[in-house]
Amino acid sequence: MTAAEELSSYPPIDPVNFDLIIVGTGLSESIIAAAASAVGKTILHLDPNSFYGSHFASLSLEDFTSYLNSSPKSITAEKPSTTDSDYTFVNLIQKPLFSDAEFISCDSVEDSTFLRENSRKFNLDLGGPRALFSADKTIDLLLKSGAAQYLEFKGIDASFVYNANEGLMNVPDSRGAIFRDKNLSLKEKNQLMKFFKLVQQHLGGNEDEKISEEDLESSFVSFLEKIGLPPKIKSILLYAIAMGDFDQENGEVCKDLLKTKDGIDRLAQYSSSVGRFPNAPGALLYPIYGEGELPQAFCRRAAVKGCIYVLRMPVIFLLTDKVTGSYKGVRLASGQDLYSHQLILDPSFTIPSTPSSSPNDSSSESFQILSQRDIKGMVARGICITRNSIKPDVSNCSVVYSPRSLYPDQVTSVRALQIGANLAVCPVGTFVLYFSTLCNDADEGKKLLKASMNALLTLPGVQSDSEDKKPIVLWSAFYIQKLTMSKFEAISSTPTPDGNLNYNDLLDATEKLFGQMYPNEEFFPKTTSPEDTTDDDENGIIMENRS
Amino acid sequence: MHGRPRKPLKEEDESVLSAKAEKLRLLQSQFLANHQNRIYSKEALDLSAKLLENNPECYTAWNYRKLAVQHNLSQSDSDSVASLFDQELKLVENALRKNFKSYGAWHHRKWVLSKGHSSIDHEMRLLNGFQKADPRNFHAWNYRRFVTDLMKRSDEDELKYTEEVIGENFSNYSAWHNRSAILSNLLKRKAEGFSHKEKVLQEEYEHVRNAIFTDPDDQSGWFYHLWLIDQTVKNDAPLLVSSWPSRGSTITLNGHGNNRLHGLSLLNSTLSGTTTLPIILYFNQAVEGINSSTVAVKSEILKEDLVWKPLSVNNSSTAQVWVVYLKLGNMELQLSKTYSIEITIGYSAGIVSSNGYHYGYPSQIAFELCVQTAHTEPVEGQYPKLTSWKDSDFQKVDHFEESNFVASTDHHIPTTSNWCREAIDEEITNYQDLLSDCKIGKLTLARLLTALDLLSPEHDKRKKHTEEILKLYTELMKLDPTHSLYYKDEHSLVLLQQITSSEESLLPHCHYYKDATETNTSYVCLRLQNLLLSRMGSIKNLLWVQMLDLSHNELRSIEGLEAMQLLSCLNLSHNKLGSFTALGPLRSLKSLKVLNISHNELGSHSIDTRRYLCSSPLAHTEVFAWDRFEILCGSYSATKFWEAFLIFESLNLTDLNITGNAVADENFTSFIVKVLPTLKYLNDEEL
Repeated sequence: MTAAEELSSYPPIDPVNFDLIIVGTGLSESIIAAAASAVGKTILHLDPNSFYGSHFASLSLEDFTSYLNSSPKSITAEKPSTTDSDYTFVNLIQKPLFSDAEFISCDSVEDSTFLRENSRKFNLDLGGPRALFSADKTIDLLLKSGAAQYLEFKGIDASFVYNANEGLMNVPDSRGAIFRDKNLSLKEKNQLMKFFKLVQQHLGGNEDEKISEEDLESSFVSFLEKIGLPPKIKSILLYAIAMGDFDQENGEVCKDLLKTKDGIDRLAQYSSSVGRFPNAPGALLYPIYGEGELPQAFCRRAAVKGCIYVLRMPVIFLLTDKVTGSYKGVRLASGQDLYSHQLILDPSFTIPSTPSSSPNDSSSESFQILSQRDIKGMVARGICITRNSIKPDVSNCSVVYSPRSLYPDQVTSVRALQIGANLAVCPVGTFVLYFSTLCNDADEGKKLLKASMNALLTLPGVQSDSEDKKPIVLWSAFYIQKLTMSKFEAISSTPTPDGNLNYNDLLDATEKLFGQMYPNEEFFPKTTSPEDTTDDDENGIIMENRS
Repeated sequence: MHGRPRKPLKEEDESVLSAKAEKLRLLQSQFLANHQNRIYSKEALDLSAKLLENNPECYTAWNYRKLAVQHNLSQSDSDSVASLFDQELKLVENALRKNFKSYGAWHHRKWVLSKGHSSIDHEMRLLNGFQKADPRNFHAWNYRRFVTDLMKRSDEDELKYTEEVIGENFSNYSAWHNRSAILSNLLKRKAEGFSHKEKVLQEEYEHVRNAIFTDPDDQSGWFYHLWLIDQTVKNDAPLLVSSWPSRGSTITLNGHGNNRLHGLSLLNSTLSGTTTLPIILYFNQAVEGINSSTVAVKSEILKEDLVWKPLSVNNSSTAQVWVVYLKLGNMELQLSKTYSIEITIGYSAGIVSSNGYHYGYPSQIAFELCVQTAHTEPVEGQYPKLTSWKDSDFQKVDHFEESNFVASTDHHIPTTSNWCREAIDEEITNYQDLLSDCKIGKLTLARLLTALDLLSPEHDKRKKHTEEILKLYTELMKLDPTHSLYYKDEHSLVLLQQITSSEESLLPHCHYYKDATETNTSYVCLRLQNLLLSRMGSIKNLLWVQMLDLSHNELRSIEGLEAMQLLSCLNLSHNKLGSFTALGPLRSLKSLKVLNISHNELGSHSIDTRRYLCSSPLAHTEVFAWDRFEILCGSYSATKFWEAFLIFESLNLTDLNITGNAVADENFTSFIVKVLPTLKYLNDEEL
């Protein structure tokens, strides 16, 4: 049976009318599915892939490679005749978000065999590096939505900042960490803690201890300079704690200058994350089995509330009203037509800007935007598999390479995340490292990623100094991902994975989109079921015990 | 729990609360009935368990459980012994869950464990749970020390544990304290890796520096730092720092007072009209074991064994100062003859400090005794004149007879190794930035400078930092008024140290007392008035003083004065002495004849907070002459006078001034006259 035959034999979906049809099971789509079903909407959630998660999926090594290598899938279905239908059929084209994929494997036969045989033991994140702050919005949302019960987390053991001279330095992110730090001078310790206290007082609510409005609106970097913090501390605060993307001290290249108030918000989120969960030593959490667990948890939540799920089911046409051109429904690859008030597409879908051979096609206007979505830049992503940790005794850790730390014209930060076997994303004895950075073009992005990998690892084919004890990379991948924002129209589109470590911006965009679609509905209304009445919310997050 | 806001109590119905109270009362009375009737049945035990689980503070119930265990032990076979104790452990665990700061519960657990029938491994697990929930709970830390001792866990492991806990959160007095206790132990027995005190201390300085720089406002680190300074400065081994008579001195005995009026000698003393000669040994720390076998006194005049007496206010057998009295009356001394007396200390073992170190530096003191005029009993009716403390009666001393007073009193002090000074010096440099801008920083600087002065050689006076230290304490009094009393005390000690450190600084305070009518009596009086002193110090340099004027200061305590055994005239007027218990040290001053305590605050404080620190008839440490007290007291209110009785009963004052105190009403003065039959002058009036 061919794939097409298999699809056409798929039993018809019943009912055929929905409030909302969603195509793609990425994180945003899944959250909206859960949120909309929580307020009683009828939803059909489709995914052309055989797995959940779309661009937020965690895949086996083999699937990961073939996913990145796959050419644009276009289901070439012949356009049905429109004469005997009330609708116009509009083509839907899926363009991969990822491009420029490049794989480097080591020469060792033994290692390649090992990887091939253990392919299924890997759960590689497509959108990595990703982690959650213990006190960030995602945690709150997981608790509020009830999705947390399907997930299990583990704390990231350590956070480092890379320094060309000193290697990996702990991020002094708490009072205890500053005390234990071996790289900061006594004076620097004193200054950093003083700054933390200044922020605490500002957040404390006592009016005379607040940072002035003027300072809050100024750039974070100039505020830090005004206080007189030395460069080392400034860099830690800007890039390792406030997670600044661009060189904050170079106005020409900085596309996103952090304001003091944003910097302070991020610092506050970071500090309140440290120690929120007794089993998480640092600020960051990671879901066991990988990032792909997050969208799945929301899908399960949606399914509980009545959302219908169909995987491996591409949409081949949009149905629009012949007269008004407005959206009416979709035709599935199985041939069935389904109708809904609204439609959400994951960001890989586009609609041809000039629908071909449609004489009275007034609908083209309304879909313009979806096809011409402006690309907000790119993010370069990389993955390495090693047999050794970049830091002995530490299995899971994050690393920040601040601008100019790798080479003088490095204008963006690179973030990396190493995850070990105890998070069930790779076979015992191996580690997976994710890297990402924002970039303007593929070459620039890959160059930066390779430099950051070379700083800590030995890539295949790269001559290493004999005394170097850097972990050897068994396999690595590089790819470039476009960044687009969400769009709200009759047909809405969710945002792509962004360049951040956590999901805060993505959640904000998702919540906004939900608000636009359902202005009168609450985004996950508080339920009053007895199971949710526990007084401290920490109980809701399931933490794996430290092993 | 620390650092967590207490949850407000849930509003409960009045009726529910009273029902609870009723239930608890019932339990309590049933339990007490069982206790009285010695019923140790299962039902009775369950009842007491129920009571303790509800109220772990009921100490009587814990004691009952102990009795019950002992009772049931005698009746049970060996198999059930373990379960008997397990039951107790379980109960303690439940009680601790209710209140993990219950002294009774923790103590009961220790008691059970000390019986030796229970597994200790479980205790470590329990402790880890408690210490994770609240790393600062000192009950748990206390218990941890007990358990680790019992299971013989190595000090090194425990030291590492404190490091982990401190690493998590260094605001933990308990952890730092435990660290200091373990380190002291390791250093004392010179465990492997801990044989070099300087290396260990340097690492610890480094360790705590990280805490202090990270958060200078957190005081736990500073307290540990204070301990480190102390470890750096102090001599572990006890040693003699001063004595009276001092080495090489000549003591002249004068039958009835006829002093030569020339240059004053601090080394050689003249005693008038005395029948006993005290010998005072002043150590650097409290010691025990001073007796005729550890301290040998050799002289032709000695006929009997000497009995050394510790000079301490709380009657303990350890003291920093020890005294022995030579009874001159029994010695048949000849006029104009010089007798030599030799004292050797520490040649045989037995002198031990309170923390177990042995006396390390055997030393010898030789002095001479010379009788100038024969001792005669004072003729009836021929009493000394009333002592006046008027400025006009004092005359400045121009010079001392010898110019090397300090050097001559200098006992063998082991030279401190250079690293101590260097360590303190380094600390001062390190903290330069922090020290100036916070109160604890200033305080630490003052302490470091004091330590530095203490360590620098006596003759190297140019390097002294007294002025700077005094200035720091003066600033602190203004900066931190809450603790100004403490700063005043420290200020007083430093000032006294400075005044007594050299003859140049001492001379301006030395005066001849010469009352206008009497020509042949002349005391040397040390006048330390108007110096804002709030306590006494540097007594080791003042053992020779017979007349002392401390008036117009802010003294609240005269602790240490008990060592000044030669003192016969003392002026404490215009101070802030608030109670008779504060005058406790006077009880040891057998020679004291003249005492002025006018214009203090005796009797103006209804609650004497010092009573719990000092001796009192209630403390069972004193022999209190109840019979005599009751006779003297007569119809007066006993509670008002017993403290005064305790002080004055043992003194032989001839001259007392007590005006200007709240206590000094008519009743009191007539009581005092009865207590002190020797008294000739009261409140400047002849009796």
